[in-house]
Amino acid sequence: MLGEGILKGLAETARNFFGSYFSAERLTTVVYPERRIAPFEAARVFPFLVYDGADWQGGLRCVACQICEKECPPKCIYIEKSTDKKPDAIGKLQFYPARFDIDISVCMSCQICVEVCPFEAIKMNTEFELSTTDRFGGLLLDRQQLAKSNDYYHQIHPADATAVDARLATEKAKAEAKAKLASVAVAAKAAAIAGEGA
Amino acid sequence: MIDHLDQFFVLLQHWLVSFLPAFLRPAASIVLGVAAIVSLFPALFALTTVFERKGLARIQNRIGPNRVGPFGLLQPIADGIKSLTKEDIVPLSADAAVHFLAPVVLVVAVFMGFAVLPMGRNMVLVNMDAGLLFYFAMGASTELSVFMAGWSSRNKYSLLGAMRAVAQMISYEVPLLLSSVTVVMITGSLSLTKIVEAQNHYSYGLPHWYIFTPWGCAAFVMYAIATTAESNRSPFDLPEGESELVAGYHTEYSGFKFALFFLGEYLSMFSISGLGTTLFLGGWSAPFSFLTWVPSWIWFFSKLMLSIFIFIWLRGTLPRLRQDQLMNFAWKFVLPMCLLNLLVVGLWRFMGDAWLRWVLCSAVLMGAYASMSWVEMRRKHIGPRSYRNAE
Repeated sequence: MLGEGILKGLAETARNFFGSYFSAERLTTVVYPERRIAPFEAARVFPFLVYDGADWQGGLRCVACQICEKECPPKCIYIEKSTDKKPDAIGKLQFYPARFDIDISVCMSCQICVEVCPFEAIKMNTEFELSTTDRFGGLLLDRQQLAKSNDYYHQIHPADATAVDARLATEKAKAEAKAKLASVAVAAKAAAIAGEGA
Repeated sequence: MIDHLDQFFVLLQHWLVSFLPAFLRPAASIVLGVAAIVSLFPALFALTTVFERKGLARIQNRIGPNRVGPFGLLQPIADGIKSLTKEDIVPLSADAAVHFLAPVVLVVAVFMGFAVLPMGRNMVLVNMDAGLLFYFAMGASTELSVFMAGWSSRNKYSLLGAMRAVAQMISYEVPLLLSSVTVVMITGSLSLTKIVEAQNHYSYGLPHWYIFTPWGCAAFVMYAIATTAESNRSPFDLPEGESELVAGYHTEYSGFKFALFFLGEYLSMFSISGLGTTLFLGGWSAPFSFLTWVPSWIWFFSKLMLSIFIFIWLRGTLPRLRQDQLMNFAWKFVLPMCLLNLLVVGLWRFMGDAWLRWVLCSAVLMGAYASMSWVEMRRKHIGPRSYRNAE
């Protein structure tokens, strides 16, 4: 019959209308600043830089390869490569970002920088209360503001962070084994040269 | 005492006027009545905006506005301050005079409609013999203001919105008039006070409201559909369909002019609900004979608020129609039903007081409704949607 669906719909909305006063679990929203829902693990807002250890400057995983800067669709990342090299987490000498700025007024939270980073150095943050009274300086984050510890990464994305740690550990082990092998080879070579000399 | 309460506003008016010299009294009493209407209904509008937002929120399982004042009740004051302090932008190529006049014309035309509505016993500003005719004349001129706004803005969205609004309002004006004409046919008067008096008597404690007759019930449903379309409310809110037309004919309005449009829209909803109350729900008369001691204006305004609640409920339930669906519904369903209803009213009027007229009139209307819905639904496949281009 014509109009049957309208009556069904009216009944449904009436149920919602009265039900929302009696059962709190019907309500899909909360009164925000007073009550908060913990952000979902897959939530993403703006990127941050991960550092290992306690020192943010020394522990930055970023090696200033500038892939993210090139891939960023709205071009919100600005990187200046250092002139000298510093040992990274594995102990290998690497460049480091002398400057690393992200303009979050331009960033569109696409996560492409995270996808392309070969060093697991840039990840998405879940912090969303970023309003500021200074729309230029306040929204341009430098590397110190962007640097967050690996513990923080574990806190906001536990599953991802564990997987990343495991991958980095195997890479480190591989690199160490390679280095050991190399050093053993070098030692053997040296011994051989020494033996020849004798 | 109870009689005094019932006539409280009338007596207040007489008392206030009695301080003036005799030659000023007629003019002063009219000014007082106008002032009462012009202050009361915008206040009701302010309250309704909050209740609408809260009601819609509850329908969608949200909490709704709760920041300004207790339970968010002071929200309209904040909104008013906001719209008064906002910049008033007029497009460079707009017709400035017409652009300015459009919201004013709307609000004035809508306020004129309240003049003939009886809001309680002896509470009518102008007791006109052709009150209903006057009401519809004023109601029709709101279409003019809508088109003024759309045309003068020089904006494609505004113009499209105005075209839609005019097409819709003219299409639904016909069923609106035809469903109201039924009441005139029975009472034999265009005076709204006489129409209320005709419904204000009881048998077995129940009132003789026109909605409790087969033709009245049908006419009321048609009237409700037509009023929803007339006041551009959801599901007939195509003229301002924000997903297609930004905001329709008031796209280029900001600040207080926009607030005036908003006010005009709600006021037309109030006045048209008030007319529906008067025509079909017995106006200010009580729903049971043992409740006649309650002041008449309380009944009028509670019926008005009930209609507003139904408007909000419908808005929270139904999705927006497409333009062709809207037009088909008006011309192929509502209009034929209204014409048939006119015939049924004629039958009712001349069949006397027998029980047979109840059976016959109900049978004709129900049969027409059933066969029409069969025709309408015959080729409709109702089920999961399939998208031709999205496979």
